[in-house]
Amino acid sequence: MDIHEYQAKEILSGYGVKIAEGGMAYSPEEAVQRARDIGGHIWAVKAQIHSGARGKAGGIKICKTHDEVEAAAEALLGKRLVTHQTGPAGKVCGRLYVEAGTDIAKEMYFCFLVDRSSERIVMVGSAQGGMEIEELAENNPDAITKIYIEPAVGLQDYQAREMAFSLGLDPEVMSHAVKTIKGCYRALRDLDVNMLEINPLVVTRSNELVALDAKMGFDDNALFRQQKISELRDKTQEDPREMAAADRGLSYVGLDGDIGCMINGAGLAMATMDMIKLAGGEPANFLDVGGGASAERTEKAFRLVLADKNVKAMLVNIFAGINRCDWIAEGVVEAVKKIDMKIPLIVRLSGTNVEEGRRIIAESGLPIITAETLAEAAEKAVQARNEAVAKEAAQGA
Amino acid sequence: MAILINETTRIIVQGFTGKIGTFHAQDMINYGSNVVGGITPGKGGQTHLGLPVFNTVKEAVNQVGAEASIIFVPPAFAADSIMEAADAGIKYCVAITDGIPTQDMMTVKNFLRRFPVEQRMVLTGPNCAGTISPGRAMLGIMPGHIYMQGNVGIVGRSGTLGYEAADQMKRLGIGISTSVGIGGDPINGSSHRDILEKFEADPETKVVVMIGEIGGPQEVEAGIFAKEHMTKPVVAYIAGLTAPEGRRMGHAGAIISSAGESAAEKVAILRELGVTICPTPAAMGETVASVLAKL
Repeated sequence: MDIHEYQAKEILSGYGVKIAEGGMAYSPEEAVQRARDIGGHIWAVKAQIHSGARGKAGGIKICKTHDEVEAAAEALLGKRLVTHQTGPAGKVCGRLYVEAGTDIAKEMYFCFLVDRSSERIVMVGSAQGGMEIEELAENNPDAITKIYIEPAVGLQDYQAREMAFSLGLDPEVMSHAVKTIKGCYRALRDLDVNMLEINPLVVTRSNELVALDAKMGFDDNALFRQQKISELRDKTQEDPREMAAADRGLSYVGLDGDIGCMINGAGLAMATMDMIKLAGGEPANFLDVGGGASAERTEKAFRLVLADKNVKAMLVNIFAGINRCDWIAEGVVEAVKKIDMKIPLIVRLSGTNVEEGRRIIAESGLPIITAETLAEAAEKAVQARNEAVAKEAAQGA
Repeated sequence: MAILINETTRIIVQGFTGKIGTFHAQDMINYGSNVVGGITPGKGGQTHLGLPVFNTVKEAVNQVGAEASIIFVPPAFAADSIMEAADAGIKYCVAITDGIPTQDMMTVKNFLRRFPVEQRMVLTGPNCAGTISPGRAMLGIMPGHIYMQGNVGIVGRSGTLGYEAADQMKRLGIGISTSVGIGGDPINGSSHRDILEKFEADPETKVVVMIGEIGGPQEVEAGIFAKEHMTKPVVAYIAGLTAPEGRRMGHAGAIISSAGESAAEKVAILRELGVTICPTPAAMGETVASVLAKL
């Protein structure tokens, strides 16, 4: 789960990380009021969306007057921002963070990540801030310092100092740098953070170390023990279909194609989508219905897939283990009847009680296309999709 | 031979008396696995499914000689159960539980590394379907009947895609020595490489199928191991050709977060390392058959 910059900053500030003075605004008037409260002559009006690279997408505006703050807020609120992290649909900005302008002397990159190779937390820093770490890793890998943390003893002072020196920090700010770095690490451990990024971390002209941006991602599996973090969830930043799926215990990811999918198991789902693509089609979604696909769950999954109006044909691929093909078949028949499905449906069942499952489909009297193997299922789905599209075109003409 | 488990392996079930534990314990017993008891703290001394229940794993090791364990404990308590098994001297543990926090798994892995290698428990999973040595023993939740006994080893992240592979092979009359699910989480007990190493040492296994997916470094690490240390051919399929970058595809570990983690990149690297690539997920059986034919 991701949170907003202002939320991350509030958390980190509680762990001894220095941030610029700022406040939330939901309207241009509020934004101006925040700027008045903060005082000074320069403010940053920042769109709060769950994505990095907001600056490049025009989501951060530097303002020198209250009128400029108002205009910036008007321009940003309700705006759909597209960054390389949001996908083409972008994310709508519903909240602003108004922050005192910071007099920057030096920008750096800093983050903590879970490293899958070493199975440890790794601290990553670079004296070259402001850039995306991906670019930096590609263009100048030597400029990146990585320090791995031994989980049993945690981050040590010497490691924090090593990072601070590699960031090119002055000895005068060293003690605050160690405090900042260790504070971030404590937040990460306390709150089950998977990723914590401060980009840029800056030194101001008055020689203070400030987190100018902050991004935190939390381990979904640990939210059961992080009640306060769960409450920070901003549902407007999440895909409504994915959220609806998650509420029903399904795992859904919307894609750009037009062949809807319902599959059990994440690996088989990905493989089936691959097979569709290799057969010349494009999957409309990833959907893992999981182990216990009851009739009710099957119906919900169907509704979810069919809510995408681009879907021209739907493929169900179930390899029953704990599940039973006859239960799945009953669920599918029931769902098709209840929903009054108009598009072609291809069903491939395999595993436990497969004969019984196939019999139920065959005897349902519904125009369900069946397949025995994965390859056959994908080919038939693509063929059905192509026929549906051709039919539509003929009707259109 | 097979790897990790066989018909004599003495198995206990952690989370034995719960609904899920009960269901799958019965299924494993029906398959012929040598289940010797189970653990549910507070219910020690009772009998469940005709087998003794123990309060602690240590008791099970001491009293019935437990060697392997399977974990159905809920996510919040699963890491603790894994560490209990390791400390009690269990040799092999399968963690079925889905949803264990990443930091808990880091703690588990760190805990396991404290043991000298020869005493260290092997862990597979979490978030996996388990391990099966067809015709001998099942330590998992898979449909046992789809696996035929034979000479091909399978290691994979996904449960149902592993079933698909076993099914394709069975249709072609190809059997399996052992199939190991390593799970879909970012930090797991054993990697693809760890399991390849065991298959290489198993005289019964002739070919190994590795079923990987997008995200993480493990498939490539396994490919490097295969090139440098294996005499047996490795066949691989990597799922997620259509997966967009930065989107998690069901498994917590199935997310492309850095270079070299997409399916296309992994396939290119593995091919370079001499691994035989299945061109499509529907061709896993045929590809194995063609590799077997050349032996």
